[in-house]
Amino acid sequence: MSPPSRPVASAIALRHDAFGRLVLTTAEGLEHVGVVPVRCFPFSDPSGAISFCDEAGHEVCSLGSLDSLAAGTRAFLEADLARRELVPVIRRITRVSSGPEPTLWQVETDRGETSFQLPNEDHVRRLGADGALITDSHGLHFRIPHVRALDARSRKFLERYL
Amino acid sequence: MIATFDAPSRVPESLRGPLEAALEPGERLLAVLRLDLDEALSFSEGLVALTQRRLLALRKAPEPRLESWPLESVASVSARDRAGLGSLEAFSETGRLACFRYTVARAGEAKALAEAFAAVRAGEAAAAGNRSQHEAPEAAEAEAPARLGVLLRLLRFARPHLKVLALGVALTLGTTAAGLVPPYVTWPLVDEILAPYQNQVQQAREATGVGEAQRHERLEQVREKGAAPFSRVPWYLSAMLGAALLAWALGWAQGWVLARLSERVSADLRNTTYAHLHKLSLEFFSAKRTGDLVSRISSDTDRICYFLSDTLMDFVTDLVMIAGVAAMLFYMDPVLALVTLCSFPLVAFLTFRTRRRLSRGFLRGSRAWAEMTSVLADTIPGIRVVKAFAQERREVQRFRAANARIVEVNDRVNRLWTFFWPMVALVNQFGLIIAWAFGAWRVFDQQITVGVLTAFLAYIGRFYARLESMTRMANSTQRAAASAQRIFEVLDRVPSVPEPARPVQPGRLRGQIELSGVSFRFGNRLVVDEVSLKVEPGEMIGLVGATGAGKSTLLNLVCRFYDPTEGEIRVDGTDIRSFPLGAYRRNIGMVLQEPFLFYGTISENIAYGRPDATREEIMAAARAARAHEFILQLPDGYDSVVGERGQTLSGGERQRVSIARALLIDPRILILDEATSSVDTQTEREIQEALDNLIRGRTTVAIAHRLSTLRNADRLVVLDRGRIAEMGSHQQLMEAEGIYAGLYRAQLREEEGDCGKKPATLVLRKEVA
Repeated sequence: MSPPSRPVASAIALRHDAFGRLVLTTAEGLEHVGVVPVRCFPFSDPSGAISFCDEAGHEVCSLGSLDSLAAGTRAFLEADLARRELVPVIRRITRVSSGPEPTLWQVETDRGETSFQLPNEDHVRRLGADGALITDSHGLHFRIPHVRALDARSRKFLERYL
Repeated sequence: MIATFDAPSRVPESLRGPLEAALEPGERLLAVLRLDLDEALSFSEGLVALTQRRLLALRKAPEPRLESWPLESVASVSARDRAGLGSLEAFSETGRLACFRYTVARAGEAKALAEAFAAVRAGEAAAAGNRSQHEAPEAAEAEAPARLGVLLRLLRFARPHLKVLALGVALTLGTTAAGLVPPYVTWPLVDEILAPYQNQVQQAREATGVGEAQRHERLEQVREKGAAPFSRVPWYLSAMLGAALLAWALGWAQGWVLARLSERVSADLRNTTYAHLHKLSLEFFSAKRTGDLVSRISSDTDRICYFLSDTLMDFVTDLVMIAGVAAMLFYMDPVLALVTLCSFPLVAFLTFRTRRRLSRGFLRGSRAWAEMTSVLADTIPGIRVVKAFAQERREVQRFRAANARIVEVNDRVNRLWTFFWPMVALVNQFGLIIAWAFGAWRVFDQQITVGVLTAFLAYIGRFYARLESMTRMANSTQRAAASAQRIFEVLDRVPSVPEPARPVQPGRLRGQIELSGVSFRFGNRLVVDEVSLKVEPGEMIGLVGATGAGKSTLLNLVCRFYDPTEGEIRVDGTDIRSFPLGAYRRNIGMVLQEPFLFYGTISENIAYGRPDATREEIMAAARAARAHEFILQLPDGYDSVVGERGQTLSGGERQRVSIARALLIDPRILILDEATSSVDTQTEREIQEALDNLIRGRTTVAIAHRLSTLRNADRLVVLDRGRIAEMGSHQQLMEAEGIYAGLYRAQLREEEGDCGKKPATLVLRKEVA
């Protein structure tokens, strides 16, 4: 197999320009303005492969793992990613409306209290051994890293979906 | 030389004599066709034989006769068949000499005969006839009503749990024994305590010549120290209570043990059936409806589970109880027992009569149920088509009809059933009345005591209750038998693509494919006819031809989804039938017209053929398949859930995922079945790039409706009605001005004409989506 792979660079440099766009400088000195970092496996391996795409969605550069970066660059990239991603972590489920789907969920997350609509049970899926990922009707993800760590009441709400 | 050939042994018994008589000394049989039809197409035995000198025909109808043609007079012999009916014709230079008709079952023999004739003509000895006839082992299923014996076959699944089963049976015996105690205790209770006491009271009351005070005193005396002291009553009662408690505890344990057992047995049954299903060839699946198979594995096994946990347990308990009670009855009074149990044979007879009719009804019921689930399995995946053509009402109607059929079948069963059960109750009531009548007479006759009669009646009540519950079980027993039969129908099916007895490990193949004289018959249709083709490692072959020319079948044969009816396929010089299936198919990558994605993440789908692939390998495969960038655009990258119920991908995207899937297993042989047919020209271009990466260095056999897709092919093979019509490069075939050139020009015109039509099709698509 001889896949035509994109340049893989660990010696990259990252900065924000005056417009707040992410500018990537490759090891060869090539500059790409307005790139978007994408985690290839956001749930199964979040700190693994990262791909930088231009505005048209073409990959300009890819990264095997966050660990291959220099500490400073890595921190910068993680901060940038954090601003792009919204995956609230559910701490407690306060209420789930009974009755037919869609159901209304009231939850406490690491980003405060919120409520969302769950279209159907297919939108709750397992993540790893003990995790769960809930996708609301708008496509927003809510993560529960450890179901067993939730309180009994929250677990009871989740039970019929997992 | 003559090839080893058993023509004489094939001659039917009734024709052997006349044939031997007809043969001249030194004349040898080269090929034999056993006719099963006469000229008027009625079923009748006959024979066509080829010797080195003559063509012989023996007929039994309309009158026995023998015909023969010296080979010098015969110019050619041809065998053809269509729609189940075949004809073998012999021609001279000037016209037709004879025509013989046969059913498709004999087509192989006819062909062998025609070949043997050609071989003789060619001056060499017949090499035909020794080909093994392909017989479809996945034979038709039996239609007989379910026999209870089928249920015994379930024992095979109970074997791993024999210890638990023994425990369950022991508990059943214990429960039954405990249940027999309470009625038995009524005997001494009445005879030793209650009856004597009542007698004495009676005597005391009716004693003449005593005063009122004295009578009172006597009554007091009787109460305190009568024939049997009242103090023994609590003992008897506690024996009853103890037995009841014991029966409860044992019954609970028995229920738990047997329910656990049945749950495991039915899970094994489901697993075995499902695993067996995967061993069966595509032929089986194309003949069966999905809904029917789903209902066999889900609801039929569930019904068996219910039977094992509930009915069977009750049945065994009842059986033991009936035996126990009958033993007690005979122990207490054999004469009375004999008389009261006279209704038993009547009930047995009734049950037996009804059982057969019920069993047929339940089998019909199961089938009606499968029909209903088939409607579901049909319409739910096809819901887009249903909606697009606004046929909801019709589908609902179809479902309603299937449901009505269930109601109708069950009504018939229920009518029989509801009559049967009260009938049994009535017969039992008669038995009870007889017991009372005869028992009373025996008491008057001083043959038995009242205590015996009381205990007797308590037992007989139990006996009839058990008998009733047993007959009621006929219902679920028959249901379970019908279900078991449907499951064993699947389990008994022998895979038509069998694993080799002495497998040759293919390892990593080089990818040289050689088809020699490959024919394949689907039902009575000859789909592939004598195809011989050699493909070198790394070569790309494009299969071209009209729909139904046998292209897909040829691919399926190479993948060993089916085995050829005749001829053989060799890969790297070894017949593919001697490779273990799994090991052979690991060398094959497939990209199909409608790529199927399973419910799961993109990365799971790409790694389907190699679940142990690393993330880097998955990404590399996706990159090579030009799928990487669109995957990154999905909200969750490689972790996005796709497939049924998942994220929807476009046809081109799905196709590229399936190309990545094929790339990841790095196959030596690549099968492309209309990989770009379902997408537009733009998407095709993208897919084509991905395909180019995939094809490089691999033996590829591709079918494409769009001939432009095959531009990279080293050779094009044009199939026409199952035969190879033309072969060569694009250039050569265009110059030959044959079928291919015609197809190519027609397509070119079509594509040019397409431009005007496009907007209309676009609008249509939008509405459907």
